[in-house]
Amino acid sequence: MCESWRMIFDVTVEVRLRPGIADPQGATIERALPALGFDGVQDVKVGKSIRFTIEAADESAAQAEVEDLCHRFLTNPVIEDSVVTIAAGASA
Amino acid sequence: MAAKVAVVRFPGTNCEFDVVEAVTSLGGQAEIVFHDQTSLGGADAVVVAGGFAHGDYLRPGAIARFSPVMAAVTEFAAEGGPVVGICNGFQVLTEAHLLPGALQKNAGLKFRCQMADLVVASSDSVLTSEAQVGDVLRIPINHFEGNYTCSPETLAELRGDDRIVVRYADNPNGSVDDIAGICNEGRNVVGLMPHPERACNELLGSVDGQVMIGSLLASAGARV
Repeated sequence: MCESWRMIFDVTVEVRLRPGIADPQGATIERALPALGFDGVQDVKVGKSIRFTIEAADESAAQAEVEDLCHRFLTNPVIEDSVVTIAAGASA
Repeated sequence: MAAKVAVVRFPGTNCEFDVVEAVTSLGGQAEIVFHDQTSLGGADAVVVAGGFAHGDYLRPGAIARFSPVMAAVTEFAAEGGPVVGICNGFQVLTEAHLLPGALQKNAGLKFRCQMADLVVASSDSVLTSEAQVGDVLRIPINHFEGNYTCSPETLAELRGDDRIVVRYADNPNGSVDDIAGICNEGRNVVGLMPHPERACNELLGSVDGQVMIGSLLASAGARV
Protein backbone atom coordinates (compact mmCIF):
# COMPACT_ATOMS: atom_id res chain seq x y z
CA MET A 1 0.00 0.00 0.00
CA CYS A 2 2.67 2.46 -1.01
CA GLU A 3 0.28 5.14 -2.38
CA SER A 4 -0.23 6.45 1.17
CA TRP A 5 3.51 6.58 1.85
CA ARG A 6 4.32 10.14 2.86
CA MET A 7 7.29 11.82 4.45
CA ILE A 8 7.54 14.38 7.21
CA PHE A 9 9.92 17.22 6.50
CA ASP A 10 11.41 19.69 8.95
CA VAL A 11 11.03 23.19 7.60
CA THR A 12 12.67 26.44 8.58
CA VAL A 13 11.46 29.66 6.96
CA GLU A 14 13.66 32.67 7.46
CA VAL A 15 11.69 35.86 6.83
CA ARG A 16 13.90 38.79 5.80
CA LEU A 17 13.11 42.39 4.99
CA ARG A 18 13.59 43.04 1.28
CA PRO A 19 16.56 45.15 0.18
CA GLY A 20 15.69 48.82 0.53
CA ILE A 21 13.10 48.27 3.26
CA ALA A 22 14.03 50.10 6.44
CA ASP A 23 15.33 47.86 9.21
CA PRO A 24 15.30 50.17 12.25
CA GLN A 25 15.83 47.21 14.62
CA GLY A 26 18.99 46.14 12.79
CA ALA A 27 20.23 49.74 12.64
CA THR A 28 19.59 50.26 16.36
CA ILE A 29 21.44 47.07 17.31
CA GLU A 30 24.34 48.07 15.08
CA ARG A 31 24.55 51.51 16.72
CA ALA A 32 24.64 49.90 20.18
CA LEU A 33 27.54 47.56 19.43
CA PRO A 34 30.51 49.94 19.71
CA ALA A 35 29.53 50.69 23.31
CA LEU A 36 30.06 47.00 24.06
CA GLY A 37 33.43 46.94 22.32
CA PHE A 38 32.25 45.23 19.12
CA ASP A 39 33.73 47.57 16.55
CA GLY A 40 33.90 45.38 13.44
CA VAL A 41 30.24 44.30 13.23
CA GLN A 42 28.36 45.70 10.24
CA ASP A 43 25.22 45.14 8.16
CA VAL A 44 23.07 43.94 11.07
CA LYS A 45 19.70 42.72 9.82
CA VAL A 46 16.79 41.55 11.94
CA GLY A 47 14.31 39.01 10.58
CA LYS A 48 12.35 36.13 11.99
CA SER A 49 12.59 32.39 11.88
CA ILE A 50 9.50 30.19 11.62
CA ARG A 51 9.89 26.42 12.10
CA PHE A 52 7.37 23.66 11.48
CA THR A 53 6.98 20.18 10.04
CA ILE A 54 5.06 19.33 6.90
CA GLU A 55 3.82 16.03 5.49
CA ALA A 56 4.31 15.56 1.76
CA ALA A 57 4.94 12.90 -0.86
CA ASP A 58 8.47 14.09 -1.57
CA GLU A 59 10.80 17.01 -1.06
CA SER A 60 9.77 18.92 -4.18
CA ALA A 61 6.10 18.67 -3.20
CA ALA A 62 6.99 19.95 0.28
CA GLN A 63 9.04 22.77 -1.25
CA ALA A 64 6.15 23.83 -3.52
CA GLU A 65 3.66 23.86 -0.65
CA VAL A 66 5.96 25.83 1.63
CA GLU A 67 6.67 28.40 -1.12
CA ASP A 68 2.91 28.88 -1.55
CA LEU A 69 2.46 29.20 2.22
CA CYS A 70 5.25 31.79 2.36
CA HIS A 71 3.82 33.84 -0.46
CA ARG A 72 0.24 33.85 0.78
CA PHE A 73 0.71 34.07 4.52
CA LEU A 74 4.12 33.93 6.18
CA THR A 75 5.54 36.92 4.31
CA ASN A 76 4.20 40.17 2.95
CA PRO A 77 5.88 40.23 -0.48
CA VAL A 78 5.73 44.04 -0.54
CA ILE A 79 8.32 44.25 2.24
CA GLU A 80 9.62 40.73 2.90
CA ASP A 81 11.46 37.81 1.27
CA SER A 82 11.82 34.29 2.60
CA VAL A 83 14.54 31.67 2.54
CA VAL A 84 13.24 28.12 2.96
CA THR A 85 15.29 25.22 4.30
CA ILE A 86 13.79 21.73 4.13
CA ALA A 87 15.25 18.57 5.67
CA ALA A 88 13.81 15.07 5.59
CA GLY A 89 12.52 13.95 8.98
CA ALA A 90 10.85 10.68 9.94
CA SER A 91 8.41 8.99 7.54
CA ALA A 92 4.72 9.37 8.39
CA MET B 1 -33.10 57.11 8.38
CA ALA B 2 -29.63 57.38 9.86
CA ALA B 3 -26.78 55.74 7.99
CA LYS B 4 -25.69 52.49 9.61
CA VAL B 5 -21.98 51.87 10.10
CA ALA B 6 -20.61 48.40 10.85
CA VAL B 7 -17.54 48.63 13.08
CA VAL B 8 -15.37 45.54 12.70
CA ARG B 9 -13.90 44.09 15.86
CA PHE B 10 -11.22 41.39 15.91
CA PRO B 11 -9.78 39.86 19.08
CA GLY B 12 -7.38 42.65 20.12
CA THR B 13 -9.22 45.54 18.46
CA ASN B 14 -9.42 48.43 20.94
CA CYS B 15 -10.73 51.49 19.09
CA GLU B 16 -14.16 50.18 18.15
CA PHE B 17 -16.07 52.07 20.85
CA ASP B 18 -14.32 55.33 19.97
CA VAL B 19 -15.60 54.87 16.41
CA VAL B 20 -19.11 54.04 17.66
CA GLU B 21 -19.08 57.18 19.83
CA ALA B 22 -17.85 59.41 16.98
CA VAL B 23 -20.39 58.02 14.51
CA THR B 24 -23.35 58.34 16.89
CA SER B 25 -22.28 61.83 18.01
CA LEU B 26 -22.57 62.89 14.37
CA GLY B 27 -26.02 61.39 13.93
CA GLY B 28 -25.15 57.99 12.48
CA GLN B 29 -25.96 54.53 13.78
CA ALA B 30 -23.14 52.17 14.61
CA GLU B 31 -23.01 48.47 15.29
CA ILE B 32 -20.06 46.31 16.30
CA VAL B 33 -19.52 43.35 13.97
CA PHE B 34 -17.36 40.57 15.38
CA HIS B 35 -14.60 38.92 13.35
CA ASP B 36 -16.36 35.57 13.02
CA GLN B 37 -19.55 36.99 11.57
CA THR B 38 -20.16 36.41 7.87
CA SER B 39 -22.62 39.28 7.37
CA LEU B 40 -22.37 43.03 7.87
CA GLY B 41 -26.03 43.16 8.87
CA GLY B 42 -27.13 45.47 6.07
CA ALA B 43 -24.67 48.24 6.95
CA ASP B 44 -24.23 51.27 4.69
CA ALA B 45 -20.55 51.67 5.55
CA VAL B 46 -17.79 49.73 7.29
CA VAL B 47 -15.02 50.90 9.60
CA VAL B 48 -12.19 48.50 10.39
CA ALA B 49 -11.14 49.95 13.73
CA GLY B 50 -7.68 50.20 15.23
CA GLY B 51 -5.96 48.13 17.87
CA PHE B 52 -3.88 44.97 17.72
CA ALA B 53 -5.98 42.44 15.82
CA HIS B 54 -4.93 38.91 16.77
CA GLY B 55 -2.09 40.45 18.79
CA ASP B 56 -0.40 41.66 15.59
CA TYR B 57 1.14 38.17 15.52
CA LEU B 58 3.19 37.37 12.41
CA ARG B 59 2.51 40.88 11.02
CA PRO B 60 -0.17 43.47 11.78
CA GLY B 61 -3.29 42.38 9.89
CA ALA B 62 -1.78 39.13 8.59
CA ILE B 63 -4.12 36.85 10.52
CA ALA B 64 -7.12 39.20 10.68
CA ARG B 65 -7.40 39.24 6.89
CA PHE B 66 -8.46 35.57 6.93
CA SER B 67 -11.33 36.20 9.37
CA PRO B 68 -14.82 35.32 8.07
CA VAL B 69 -15.92 38.96 8.37
CA MET B 70 -13.22 40.05 5.91
CA ALA B 71 -14.90 38.06 3.12
CA ALA B 72 -18.02 40.13 3.77
CA VAL B 73 -16.00 43.36 3.86
CA THR B 74 -14.26 42.47 0.58
CA GLU B 75 -17.60 41.77 -1.08
CA PHE B 76 -19.09 45.01 0.28
CA ALA B 77 -16.08 46.95 -1.04
CA ALA B 78 -16.36 45.30 -4.45
CA GLU B 79 -19.98 46.51 -4.64
CA GLY B 80 -18.77 50.07 -4.05
CA GLY B 81 -19.63 50.24 -0.34
CA PRO B 82 -17.65 52.75 1.73
CA VAL B 83 -14.92 51.05 3.77
CA VAL B 84 -12.46 52.86 6.02
CA GLY B 85 -9.53 51.23 7.81
CA ILE B 86 -8.06 53.24 10.66
CA CYS B 87 -4.55 52.51 11.97
CA ASN B 88 -4.50 48.72 12.50
CA GLY B 89 -7.54 48.69 10.20
CA PHE B 90 -5.37 50.23 7.45
CA GLN B 91 -2.82 47.47 8.01
CA VAL B 92 -5.61 44.87 7.73
CA LEU B 93 -6.85 46.39 4.45
CA THR B 94 -3.36 46.29 2.89
CA GLU B 95 -2.89 42.67 4.00
CA ALA B 96 -6.30 41.87 2.50
CA HIS B 97 -5.17 43.48 -0.78
CA LEU B 98 -8.04 45.97 -0.67
CA LEU B 99 -5.35 48.67 -0.69
CA PRO B 100 -1.83 48.49 -2.18
CA GLY B 101 1.48 48.75 -0.34
CA ALA B 102 2.36 47.92 3.24
CA LEU B 103 3.05 49.55 6.60
CA GLN B 104 6.55 48.98 7.90
CA LYS B 105 8.08 49.90 11.25
CA ASN B 106 8.41 53.62 11.90
CA ALA B 107 11.71 55.15 10.91
CA GLY B 108 13.71 55.69 14.11
CA LEU B 109 12.00 52.71 15.77
CA LYS B 110 9.73 54.98 17.83
CA PHE B 111 6.14 54.33 18.80
CA ARG B 112 4.48 57.61 17.81
CA CYS B 113 1.64 58.83 20.02
CA GLN B 114 1.00 62.51 19.32
CA MET B 115 -1.16 65.02 17.48
CA ALA B 116 -0.34 65.28 13.77
CA ASP B 117 -1.29 67.88 11.19
CA LEU B 118 -2.72 66.23 8.09
CA VAL B 119 -3.02 68.01 4.78
CA VAL B 120 -5.97 66.89 2.68
CA ALA B 121 -4.48 65.84 -0.66
CA SER B 122 -7.68 64.64 -2.32
CA SER B 123 -11.30 65.38 -1.56
CA ASP B 124 -12.41 62.63 -3.91
CA SER B 125 -12.76 59.81 -1.39
CA VAL B 126 -15.41 58.54 1.02
CA LEU B 127 -13.42 59.97 3.93
CA THR B 128 -12.66 63.44 2.58
CA SER B 129 -15.62 64.33 0.33
CA GLU B 130 -16.67 67.13 2.68
CA ALA B 131 -13.14 68.55 3.09
CA GLN B 132 -11.20 70.79 0.74
CA VAL B 133 -7.82 69.99 -0.77
CA GLY B 134 -5.23 71.85 1.31
CA ASP B 135 -7.26 71.77 4.53
CA VAL B 136 -5.06 71.04 7.52
CA LEU B 137 -6.67 68.66 10.02
CA ARG B 138 -5.26 68.09 13.50
CA ILE B 139 -5.69 64.37 14.18
CA PRO B 140 -3.90 62.09 16.67
CA ILE B 141 -1.63 59.25 15.61
CA ASN B 142 -0.78 56.23 17.76
CA HIS B 143 1.31 53.60 16.01
CA PHE B 144 4.55 51.69 15.74
CA GLU B 145 4.13 50.35 12.21
CA GLY B 146 2.76 53.29 10.25
CA ASN B 147 5.60 53.88 7.81
CA TYR B 148 3.80 53.46 4.48
CA THR B 149 5.81 51.90 1.68
CA CYS B 150 5.07 50.57 -1.79
CA SER B 151 6.80 49.86 -5.08
CA PRO B 152 7.82 52.87 -7.23
CA GLU B 153 5.19 51.77 -9.78
CA THR B 154 2.44 51.75 -7.16
CA LEU B 155 3.54 55.16 -5.86
CA ALA B 156 3.41 56.59 -9.39
CA GLU B 157 -0.06 55.13 -9.80
CA LEU B 158 -1.27 56.55 -6.46
CA ARG B 159 0.05 59.99 -7.40
CA GLY B 160 -1.19 59.90 -10.98
CA ASP B 161 -4.69 58.79 -10.02
CA ASP B 162 -5.02 61.28 -7.13
CA ARG B 163 -5.30 58.40 -4.67
CA ILE B 164 -3.17 59.90 -1.89
CA VAL B 165 -5.94 61.14 0.41
CA VAL B 166 -4.02 62.75 3.28
CA ARG B 167 -0.36 63.61 3.85
CA TYR B 168 1.53 64.50 7.04
CA ALA B 169 2.55 68.15 7.25
CA ASP B 170 5.55 66.98 9.31
CA ASN B 171 6.30 63.32 8.55
CA PRO B 172 6.43 61.47 11.92
CA ASN B 173 7.23 57.94 10.76
CA GLY B 174 9.17 57.94 7.49
CA SER B 175 6.22 57.21 5.18
CA VAL B 176 7.06 57.54 1.50
CA ASP B 177 5.83 60.85 0.06
CA ASP B 178 4.54 61.79 3.56
CA ILE B 179 1.56 59.49 2.99
CA ALA B 180 -0.88 59.25 5.90
CA GLY B 181 -3.79 57.75 3.97
CA ILE B 182 -4.69 56.40 0.52
CA CYS B 183 -7.73 55.11 -1.32
CA ASN B 184 -8.43 52.35 -3.83
CA GLU B 185 -9.22 52.85 -7.53
CA GLY B 186 -12.95 53.04 -6.78
CA ARG B 187 -12.25 55.70 -4.10
CA ASN B 188 -14.64 53.86 -1.76
CA VAL B 189 -11.95 52.13 0.29
CA VAL B 190 -9.71 54.39 2.37
CA GLY B 191 -6.95 53.47 4.80
CA LEU B 192 -5.15 55.89 7.09
CA MET B 193 -2.91 55.64 10.14
CA PRO B 194 -4.27 58.68 12.06
CA HIS B 195 -7.40 58.36 14.22
CA PRO B 196 -10.16 60.78 13.13
CA GLU B 197 -12.56 59.13 15.61
CA ARG B 198 -10.40 60.51 18.44
CA ALA B 199 -10.75 64.06 17.18
CA CYS B 200 -14.53 64.47 17.18
CA ASN B 201 -15.06 66.14 20.55
CA GLU B 202 -13.69 69.38 22.03
CA LEU B 203 -12.74 67.48 25.18
CA LEU B 204 -10.23 65.49 23.14
CA GLY B 205 -8.42 68.58 21.89
CA SER B 206 -9.61 68.62 18.29
CA VAL B 207 -12.83 68.30 16.33
CA ASP B 208 -11.06 68.10 12.97
CA GLY B 209 -11.99 64.42 12.67
CA GLN B 210 -15.64 65.38 12.30
CA VAL B 211 -15.23 66.33 8.64
CA MET B 212 -13.83 62.84 7.96
CA ILE B 213 -16.43 60.86 9.90
CA GLY B 214 -19.05 63.26 8.47
CA SER B 215 -17.84 62.52 4.93
CA LEU B 216 -18.10 58.79 5.62
CA LEU B 217 -21.65 59.22 6.95
CA ALA B 218 -22.56 61.24 3.86
CA SER B 219 -21.22 58.46 1.61
CA ALA B 220 -23.08 55.90 3.70
CA GLY B 221 -26.23 58.04 3.68
CA ALA B 222 -26.24 58.02 -0.10
CA ARG B 223 -26.76 54.24 0.12
CA VAL B 224 -29.58 54.25 2.69
